[in-house]
Amino acid sequence: MRDSTFKSALSDRTAKTFMGVLFGATLLVTLLNQIFPPDSALHVSAYTVTLLGKYLCYALLALALDLVWGYCGILSLGHGAFFALGGYAMGMYLMRQIGDRGVYGNAELPDFMVFLNWSELPWYWHGFDQFWFAALMILLVPGLLAFVFGWLAFRSRVTGVYLSIITQALTYALMLAFFRNELGFGGNNGLTDFKDLLGFSLQSDGTRVALLMATAISLAFAFVLCRWITGSKLGRVVLAVRDAESRARFIGYRTEHYKLWVFTASAILAGIAGALYVPQVGIINPGEFSPLNSIELVVWVAVGGRATLYGAVIGAILVNYGKTVFTGIMPEAWLFALGGLFVAVTVFMPQGIVGLVEKHWPTLKQRFMKSDSNDDRPSAQGEPS
Amino acid sequence: MSFSKSMKKLAAGVVASSAIVYSGAVMAADTIKVGVLHSLSGTMAISESTLKDTVLMMIEEQNKKGGVMGKKLEPVVVDPASNWPLFAEKTRELITKEGVDVIFGCWTSVSRKSVLPVVEELNGLLFYPVQYEGEESSKNVFYTGAAPNQQAIPAVDYLLNDLGVKRFVLAGTDYVYPRTTNKILEAYLKAKGIPEKDIMINYTPFGHSDWQSIVSDVKSFGSQGKKTAVVSTINGDANVPFYKELGNQGISAEDIPVVAFSVGEEELSGIDTAPLVGHLAAWNYFQSVYNDANEAFIDQWHGFTGDKKRVTNDPMEATYIGFNMWVKAVEKAKSTDTDKVADAMIGIQTPNLTGGMAVMNENHHLSKPVLIGEIQDDGQFAVVWETDGLVKGDAWSDFLPGSKDLISDWTAPIKCGNYNTKTKSCGGAAAE
Amino acid sequence: MGDTFSRILAACLLIMLTSLSWAEELLPEETAPPQTTEETPAEEIAAPLSIQDILNQLTERSFDMKEAAIRQLAEQDSPRVIPLLNALMERELVHNRENDTISLGHKADGEWQLLDPVSEQPIGTVNSRAARPVVINNRLRTVINNQLALFALNSDNSDARAEAAEQLIGNDDPDMLSALRLRRESEDNARVIEQIDTALNIAALSSDDLTTRLNAIDTLSRNLHPEVKNSLNDRLRNTEVDAEKVALEKALARIDARIENFQTADTIFFGLSLGSVLLLAAIGLAITFGVMGVINMAHGELIMLGAYTTYVVQQLLPNSNEWSLLIALPAAFLVSAVVGIFIERFVIRFLYGRPLETLLATFGVSLILQQAVRVIFSPLNRTVITPDWMSGALQINPVFSLTYNRLYIIFFALAVFLGLLTLLKKTRLGLQVRAVSQNRTTARALGIRSERVNALTFGLGSGIAGIAGVALAQLTNVGPNLGQSYIIDSFMVVVFGGVGNLWGTLTAAFGLGIANKLLEPMAGAVLAKILVLIFIILFIQRKPRGLFPQRGRAAEE
Repeated sequence: MRDSTFKSALSDRTAKTFMGVLFGATLLVTLLNQIFPPDSALHVSAYTVTLLGKYLCYALLALALDLVWGYCGILSLGHGAFFALGGYAMGMYLMRQIGDRGVYGNAELPDFMVFLNWSELPWYWHGFDQFWFAALMILLVPGLLAFVFGWLAFRSRVTGVYLSIITQALTYALMLAFFRNELGFGGNNGLTDFKDLLGFSLQSDGTRVALLMATAISLAFAFVLCRWITGSKLGRVVLAVRDAESRARFIGYRTEHYKLWVFTASAILAGIAGALYVPQVGIINPGEFSPLNSIELVVWVAVGGRATLYGAVIGAILVNYGKTVFTGIMPEAWLFALGGLFVAVTVFMPQGIVGLVEKHWPTLKQRFMKSDSNDDRPSAQGEPS
Repeated sequence: MSFSKSMKKLAAGVVASSAIVYSGAVMAADTIKVGVLHSLSGTMAISESTLKDTVLMMIEEQNKKGGVMGKKLEPVVVDPASNWPLFAEKTRELITKEGVDVIFGCWTSVSRKSVLPVVEELNGLLFYPVQYEGEESSKNVFYTGAAPNQQAIPAVDYLLNDLGVKRFVLAGTDYVYPRTTNKILEAYLKAKGIPEKDIMINYTPFGHSDWQSIVSDVKSFGSQGKKTAVVSTINGDANVPFYKELGNQGISAEDIPVVAFSVGEEELSGIDTAPLVGHLAAWNYFQSVYNDANEAFIDQWHGFTGDKKRVTNDPMEATYIGFNMWVKAVEKAKSTDTDKVADAMIGIQTPNLTGGMAVMNENHHLSKPVLIGEIQDDGQFAVVWETDGLVKGDAWSDFLPGSKDLISDWTAPIKCGNYNTKTKSCGGAAAE
Repeated sequence: MGDTFSRILAACLLIMLTSLSWAEELLPEETAPPQTTEETPAEEIAAPLSIQDILNQLTERSFDMKEAAIRQLAEQDSPRVIPLLNALMERELVHNRENDTISLGHKADGEWQLLDPVSEQPIGTVNSRAARPVVINNRLRTVINNQLALFALNSDNSDARAEAAEQLIGNDDPDMLSALRLRRESEDNARVIEQIDTALNIAALSSDDLTTRLNAIDTLSRNLHPEVKNSLNDRLRNTEVDAEKVALEKALARIDARIENFQTADTIFFGLSLGSVLLLAAIGLAITFGVMGVINMAHGELIMLGAYTTYVVQQLLPNSNEWSLLIALPAAFLVSAVVGIFIERFVIRFLYGRPLETLLATFGVSLILQQAVRVIFSPLNRTVITPDWMSGALQINPVFSLTYNRLYIIFFALAVFLGLLTLLKKTRLGLQVRAVSQNRTTARALGIRSERVNALTFGLGSGIAGIAGVALAQLTNVGPNLGQSYIIDSFMVVVFGGVGNLWGTLTAAFGLGIANKLLEPMAGAVLAKILVLIFIILFIQRKPRGLFPQRGRAAEE
């Protein structure tokens, strides 16, 4: 039964369109980057490749949030924490890959430990020189934290605003903790100066493109997974929990189990997004835990339109593209624009861009009588020309 | 990688057959682009936006003089928004998309660390104008702020020798600059015979605002019968409440002086300084230094900002020196090519604003004078001590076990940022 | 009900005033020297030439030379000595670079108005850069202060004498000590005698006679002055006599035991103070969030607006720093309330019943406000001046003092809390607010204009945030990031206390404040904060609705 649901999730039209646009765009960028020489007008620079990679990581993160917020009604203001934890796990692996190429040439210890006089590697760094271990941790650490946190919170029926505030407290506490140099994660400087991943140099265009592809594939996989979760029986219970938790409970569903399941899955997806993000931007630091980041993330989802999945992806890409453009051309106006956007979207477009388009779609369709395959149009704006 | 190679082969074929090879139309540019990478929003905007204005002012001034090599300078300002990954991204944008020849930017260590791999990969040129913890020397970066031996060590010498201080509180914000500086100072003080129990180390988070307990601890630490001083590496925002608390708990500079490395004129412009008179700061420049170059610079700054009350500070002087050195180096190299300019930079001398000459050394750090000033009630510093000559910036501290054998020398035979003098090899301690 | 409030206010004011006069007696002020300058007839000049000559030595850069000049000046038998030493402290003695002389100077309109140091007659003006104040350092400042104290020791004012004697405690200059002994004989004021005795006993610690030393140690063991502990410790390191060692150790143990008690009191005070800051920051939120169910992320920025209003008021009234805060309070309330009402009318009105979405919209508003402040006032921090009556500390004894700004803020926070409580419980508006918050439909059916009540409630919550801003401006930076640093803590306080319950907010604020301060000495500032956060997270699991859960509309959600 599961299998068939998964298959159907894979083959339904939205998923197909989504994956079509996603892979189309990624492939185009890849080809333009690899085929044309750097001085060609058609060449897409490494800058654009990493930028797109970053957007897709954010999109994956937004997708994870949409799963809990849009479908389960849990407004997590701490998803940035799972993202950052995934990122740190990847960062630790990348740090260990530097080996003796650090400035002190110490093969045993990362640079920041050398100049803070650490004599040996802390126990929790062991194992991170193996990719399989790091990969496991990328899934396990955010997943476990979400599981424990969710188990406590959902069991005692912490809901709504209270849940939002304590998730915020969680990420805030983690931020403060990671800022501490004693913790052994590089303090404020975080982890940086990565050299290579699985033997491939992070500085080469090939690795960058490969990372972009990996991100796109993860995003597509996560999208299908989320479609499957939301389309399955479990998904329908989850929807019921969102709309009327007490009723669902009275009918006999252990609502906390369903919530916990979805929350943990979402945290793992966020962790994967973080892990893919770090090698592409080249740094992970406690700033990623900042509560403001998590709130901004919520806004991406709200802008795109929640409980649609692809809306979250569109929102994340659009807002971040806007950020890139505005901070370049008029840095002073950027916060006004972003702030205005938040207000406008929540007040006038409660269903986000996707909601707006869907609402007006019938009229638009009538007016233009065009094919209906391009309702993902806005995501195309994610590629800078 | 092999994937990339095969793609490239394929690409070569495609390109050759279609013969749409683009000859670089980039050459004909008649301006030199200068990237400005300072946060204009977010938490660091408070400090960094001043430096953006400084660079813009210097560019305007240089263009009035006819630019560089007959070409006008064109500033490209971006906002990395106090977001560290964004610093790396914007650097890439500046170098690859905008094609800038030099970047003036960064303030925090983490932003520099974030930018470093990008400028090295793309062979860009970065001038970093803020005092920092050292332990770094990149081929592509010129450090025009102070290294620890140009600020912290002379300041502690002053406390030891001139004020007779015997007990030290090392208070800092918990990040890499205070951590490293305090490690160095701790080693230095022990070498000077100060026992461990007479050194108290305290770290606080960024933006710490409740200093009651810590100030009270300092107070009781200071009442043990030995002259006590606080060496503060407390960062930006947290200073105002810290000094307010000191004033309110009645700790005057005569009892327990505080010498700060991150408090300059600009930080003081947000504080009522009357209760702080006599506390100290160590820098390479103070606005109150009296000479013609400095007066001219201050006038120019007031003219540029249209505000007679705007103060100048040490990172601005570092930007000033860095900018002038870059102009000189470009003219000497007759090119804006990174490698040529970087070679030409070493040995360049330009006037600093304290009445001497700044020299760029082979380790990409400057030789500068070190000044110690006391806070006055008008928010300025009065210089009470200065080094006899210039102090050469030390990229690698002699007081840290990991780096005492390392030197940086970017001139011909060595050409290395972390050359180990023991093993005679480039690449830190363990390289064979 | 207005009565109660005004009585509370009056009581607070009374406490403030009495403590103020108290403080003036006890506090050593660094800059204000004893006033003995009145009886200086300008004509009676003893040796005018020599004073000018001595002063001209101050053009030297070396501080040793300057110190010699100051000592020389102090020895002059002239009524000009004290005013000139004061002028040196106040940076009013300037070095005229045009003719390399020292004169008195006042800065006006970018120029120096120079006065003759002896006759105080104007001798012309020079460009602001042609003259510079004579630079003195800490050492010179101590020398000058000691000299001034020596003069003040014979002042007619007993406060000035006590202050002078305290300044001289710990000084081992024989001239000073003999001056102190001389004064001791004719002194009749108990406080001055106490200070002089402390000073003399400390000096007696280095006497050659063991009994003198032992007596001094015994007397000093009852004294908490930090200099006493300093000297005893110093002595302990240098003595070789066993009996003295034992006496010293006993004395120190006695002092330490007393200090420890006071330190506990200190910690509690610090906790109360932190609690009052949290209370101020959170109390407005307790209204908008607790009563109205709006998650106002722009709350911090409303606090920030209050702080900036203080700055603007002080700029507009440059000569009235002492009472400008009293104007700033209503002004800040108005500014933040008006902005709050705007936010309510144009944004929140559309979002009632969707609390999580108010979070997003107000977060947008907070970004806009922050950036607006950045554009208007620049990203730099602004200086807010602390009035004299708020600086310094209430010195209970030499080791225990309560800083005035924090003391006032504790009272102020409590006053705001009580005022708000009265407003909600005793006024018509309060009744309407409670009615609307409990059941909007019924309230409307009873004829309450819920729209108006919503706007006013939000305005009230915002206005209180503005008032909090005035208080916080006295403690921290006034800059665009001010709000952000309080918003998370405020939410923690409200949620921990129980949404919709003002008493809960009060308990939570002080509870968390004290807990934080108790943990801090053991765990350090950062870890203390993390532990408190973890505690809140776990506490919410146990009691999902906070300390004092509320029933009603907000509880349904």
